[in-house]
Amino acid sequence: MQSWLIPFSYLLAGIFFILAIRSLSSPYTAHRGNIIGMFGMLIAIITTICSPLVDKYLYILVAITCGGIIGIFFAFKVRIASLPQMIAVFNGLGGLAAVFISLSEIINGSHAYFDISIGLIIGALAFSGSMIAFAKLQELLPSGAFVFRYQQQINLFLLLTLITLCIIFLLTPQINLFYWLTAIAIILGFLLVLPIGGADMPVVISVLNSYTGWAAVGIGFSLNNILLIITGSLVGAGGAILSYIMVKAMNRSLTNVLLGGFGQKVNSTTSAEKNKKVNIGSAQDAAYIMENAHKVIIVPGYGMAVAQAQYVLQKMAEDLRTLYNVDVKFAIHPVAGRMPGHMNVLLAEANIPYEDVFALEDINHEFASADVAYVIGANDITNPLAKTDSSSPIYGMPILDVEKAKIVFFVKRSLASGYSGIENPLFFANNTIMLYGDAKQVTEEIVNTLEQNNL
Amino acid sequence: MDTWMLLTILVLSCFVGYFAVWGVTQALHSPLMSISNAISGIIIIGALTIAGTAESNISKILGLISVFLASVNIFGGFAITHRMLSMFKKKEKK
Repeated sequence: MQSWLIPFSYLLAGIFFILAIRSLSSPYTAHRGNIIGMFGMLIAIITTICSPLVDKYLYILVAITCGGIIGIFFAFKVRIASLPQMIAVFNGLGGLAAVFISLSEIINGSHAYFDISIGLIIGALAFSGSMIAFAKLQELLPSGAFVFRYQQQINLFLLLTLITLCIIFLLTPQINLFYWLTAIAIILGFLLVLPIGGADMPVVISVLNSYTGWAAVGIGFSLNNILLIITGSLVGAGGAILSYIMVKAMNRSLTNVLLGGFGQKVNSTTSAEKNKKVNIGSAQDAAYIMENAHKVIIVPGYGMAVAQAQYVLQKMAEDLRTLYNVDVKFAIHPVAGRMPGHMNVLLAEANIPYEDVFALEDINHEFASADVAYVIGANDITNPLAKTDSSSPIYGMPILDVEKAKIVFFVKRSLASGYSGIENPLFFANNTIMLYGDAKQVTEEIVNTLEQNNL
Repeated sequence: MDTWMLLTILVLSCFVGYFAVWGVTQALHSPLMSISNAISGIIIIGALTIAGTAESNISKILGLISVFLASVNIFGGFAITHRMLSMFKKKEKK
């Protein structure tokens, strides 16, 4: 084999990966991007297998085939609503692979102790953190914030132990210390994600995604492999930016989210607000008002996804548009759902066209001219206290200005507060009508009424 | 290779990643996560090298396990991305 062939194909693969990410700037080029990414991976794998370094083709091909079949099987089997946990699992497996590679290198007598330790520790954190994220999203563990006494002190203690052990290992490399390092990093990953509540998962998943990238960088340094460094830093930087965007969309700091425990305190003012008057409407009222509207903006939240209401929501939008000539748009808050962009995927799954779905900054000015805002399964992301009450935990968070619409419908089971634990004053506003019930059932009733009225 | 050389590559790649990711539209953040998940499976080439060159059997077996795990990550990640992207459709012309 020519000596230039490996670096050249690694260069190609690196370029392909960059193009793949770049092509996600528009949904029309995105599909091509995914294929380019696959090509990059194919080139990298084939060149590595063909390089003189590698023999034992049979075992390797068996390992790749088994992994491939399992991966593809689960990727196509999983429900779209469960995508975040699936991505968490895949991410965790990547982290675990980094752990095994590091162990394998150390046992094989590599001397790149620092680089390997980095790959090991970050990979282990990504692995165990992703497993907890998976368990929470899948509701195997309580999805809320899980807090116990001295939690932060224990985590800090573990972190310091990890760093000390790592330094001792670098000074006097003993393989036993390396095993301890692995164990502590895995435990720390578990404990770090445990106190973080469900609605903060978009941040957690982005951070964990970033970790696997940095783990690859560590391994790249230990193996002197340029492609690992390039790709790892692409992924690492990408995850970091996503975490930043998510944290900004909640107006919180990364430390605040990662320390956890958010949203478990019950606000004491709730009882005082109980006597306020609430307008309660029926699905028939809502249908009547919406069919006479010019413009309706639908604001879906995670509750919509839980109720699996996206299909009937699509039906409602289509009926309003075709039967009554209403202008219907969807408004999405950046942190709606359980991972970045989750809500867009859920709406796309229900065949809601990409052009009708708008990001917060693109649609917020339109609420003032809308007749109806239909808020379904969302709460905190519409709470005007974020703009007015500086003592509120969500103060400063960008919200969707639904209160500017002429009429606001809230489809909710009860007046209960949202994830942040604070009450939404919009529920008691004069122009708000509460539609109590399951998101899917209420919307179904509206669709039925819309279709009957048109007969 | 020289560590400085590798560090240079690392820093420059971070910049490239930074600009490429900022260009991604918000609606496609989920596919971005799953595609970068798939791409991070590139550690498979580290695993392949280890599985191929290691002298001790334990190292080889660990390498092969990592090849397996990284393949799940790669194939699964690209497949999920494909599934998500095929749902984003243009409005039907009537």
